[in-house]
Amino acid sequence: MTDTAITAAGFEPVHVDRQVQVLTRPSLSYWQDAWRRLKANRRAFVSLYIIIALLLFTVAGPWVWTVDPSTQDLDQVSKPPGSDRRAFVAEPYQPWEGVRAAVPEGAASSSPPANFKTVGSTTTQAVRLTWDPVPGASGYRIYRNLFAPTPGGALGLPLGDVLSPEQVSFEDRLDLEPMTYHYAVLTLDRFGQPVSAPASLPVNVVRVITPAQAVERGLVAAEADAKVGDELKLALHPLGTDYLGRDLLARLMTGARVSLLIGIFAPLFYVLLGIAYGSAAGFMGGRADSVLMRFADFVVALPFLLFMILFKIAFGIGPGESGIFPMLVALVLLSWPSTARLVRGQILQIREEGYIGASKLLGARTGYLVMRHMIPNTMGVILVTLTFAIPSAIFTEAFLSFIGMGVAPPTPSWGSMCNEGIRTMLTTPHELIFPAVLISITVLAFNLLGDGLRDAFDARMRSRE
Amino acid sequence: VLRYILKRLLHGLITVWFIATVTFIAMHAVPGDPLSGEKAMTPEIRRNLEAKYGLDKPVVEQYRIFLANMAKGDFGISYTQQNREVNDIIREGFPVSATLGILAVVFAALGGVLLGALTATYRNRLPDVVIMFLVILGISVPSFVFAALGQLALVKINAWTGFTLFPVAGWGTVMHMVVPSLVLGLGTMAYLVRLMRSSMLEVTNTDYVRTARSKGLPPARIFLKHQLRNAILPVVTVLGPAIAAITTGGFVVELVFAIPGLGRYFVQAVQQLDYTVIMGTTVFYGAFLVLMVIIVDIVYGLIDPRVRLKA
Repeated sequence: MTDTAITAAGFEPVHVDRQVQVLTRPSLSYWQDAWRRLKANRRAFVSLYIIIALLLFTVAGPWVWTVDPSTQDLDQVSKPPGSDRRAFVAEPYQPWEGVRAAVPEGAASSSPPANFKTVGSTTTQAVRLTWDPVPGASGYRIYRNLFAPTPGGALGLPLGDVLSPEQVSFEDRLDLEPMTYHYAVLTLDRFGQPVSAPASLPVNVVRVITPAQAVERGLVAAEADAKVGDELKLALHPLGTDYLGRDLLARLMTGARVSLLIGIFAPLFYVLLGIAYGSAAGFMGGRADSVLMRFADFVVALPFLLFMILFKIAFGIGPGESGIFPMLVALVLLSWPSTARLVRGQILQIREEGYIGASKLLGARTGYLVMRHMIPNTMGVILVTLTFAIPSAIFTEAFLSFIGMGVAPPTPSWGSMCNEGIRTMLTTPHELIFPAVLISITVLAFNLLGDGLRDAFDARMRSRE
Repeated sequence: VLRYILKRLLHGLITVWFIATVTFIAMHAVPGDPLSGEKAMTPEIRRNLEAKYGLDKPVVEQYRIFLANMAKGDFGISYTQQNREVNDIIREGFPVSATLGILAVVFAALGGVLLGALTATYRNRLPDVVIMFLVILGISVPSFVFAALGQLALVKINAWTGFTLFPVAGWGTVMHMVVPSLVLGLGTMAYLVRLMRSSMLEVTNTDYVRTARSKGLPPARIFLKHQLRNAILPVVTVLGPAIAAITTGGFVVELVFAIPGLGRYFVQAVQQLDYTVIMGTTVFYGAFLVLMVIIVDIVYGLIDPRVRLKA
């Protein structure tokens, strides 16, 4: 046996001539990958921009457009956008004693009153009409029509009867708008029955405003600045006004606050509640799990909208309250189980995954497992649920406000604005169209974003590449 | 299967009890009580009225009476409509709502399945693009806007043709039912089209469809027997919740089209705080929906051989 000394010099590393796998592309985290996919999805990205724009509209809008949404502009009620805003300065209204004339003798005539004309200027303060007396008449009746008269057609709104043959004038001060009216007058017999054909007259009404009103509306600084005959412009309403003369743009912004507040916070709260409940059930497992989930099943079985309404009544709305808070609470109380189920399912699934086992083997504690593995892996699914929950919450709010069970007036919300707009849908459609379009765009944007997120987070899609 | 059905019914019964209890608690949590209305009343009248409606008893006792009466199918008397039983109101309103709802469900299911299959067949071609655009519209526009627009369109059409085929509002003939049920079913239909489309696309890529194609079966036969029948299954599962959505969505349609259904009575009762009517209709609706979901589940088990109805 020869002694051989083992020294370090006797060793040399074996030369490895094997091609090691090299990562050629940068490694991406789960979130980076999802973000990359979302960016590739043009529809989802446009939706994201729309949502950001909506949030800006809601949050920053009231600073840019500082009109108070509850101020009533009584000069402009139910006006569509872009309507005529001109108004002329005029003297305050002066009472008018009317015109009296002697009735000529003669046989009772059935011809329409002659010489039907206006007296003075026809303004939104008053339209003064006069005509020649008719022999044998015992009174006159005056109509106002929005449309040109047709033979045998309707005469329009009966303004009133003059029950004396000598009184041959009428003053119309009823809700005059700057437009063309068609007045008609006819003769009545002593029984109050019309005996003649109507005489008609188209009248162009001019909008006027007194200096005092101009100051009050903030159109001029002092009464002295407004001279009679001056042309002023009334307050600007870019999207028109509603049936009480309130600015629609300002109301849409405030309404967006309500709708988006409910639409975003209610899902946020109930998703959080669902995460807590679902992960508790998933972790505890066994008997506690089945009891918890059975209770969730019962809550799911409650007819959703009926109970929304029921809870809204139960919480009640005090005077001066908007009713946003009860709606939030009711939504949270009724909607959490679906998220809870989802999270529980995810937790149960992830608990069995190999990497959890490996992590446990390496000595990971429960807290670390939850924070490092469970929550990040359920986050994608939860985010998708949240995005889809937002439009449905907005819909619920709109539905409830529409049937009058939502936010209490005067607080505007898109749903209650639709409800108000639908009544005058035929004459002033803009009051319905603007809020309805905003609801639709919001819901659409969140839905498309949700689709995009789902595609971005979907593990099945990832493996297919 | 029978054991499964019995178990589901029992479970449904517990659910109805849960609904009734929550309703009872919610109604008793309301600030004030049904008798403190706008009319002032003397203490004697008040006491008599409380005795009439059983409000003088302790809450637990009231709850017991409420449950006992409900088990007998008696929901009590309306507070605002003199001496009118809640059962009468349900009997009068429910058939109308049910007719409307069934028509809407049929329309939504038929339309959803057909259009969904169509979009999947013409994937990424013109019919698909057009229908999917309409579907997105259908999902994002609220039902009351559709109801209003539908009514507006009817007014215009009737005025233009000078002849009323579909009346604008009201109830009575078949013609009254068409447009409201279309409007009511629209949202659900849009949802079903999407579901049907993705399910159909999945089925189209399966092995058995490829086999059928390679066997040389006529395309129509493959479409009907292999694709449609299998793709329809997920649609059936969501029919239960869809029925629930349609019945409650009926409120708005009934309101807009002036249809004398249960939804309108409910909304009225809510506005007038008519407690017995609210409780009665809620429990009734709840029971109806629970029953519907059970039926849909059983039907699903029957048509899908992969699903075993386990007790």
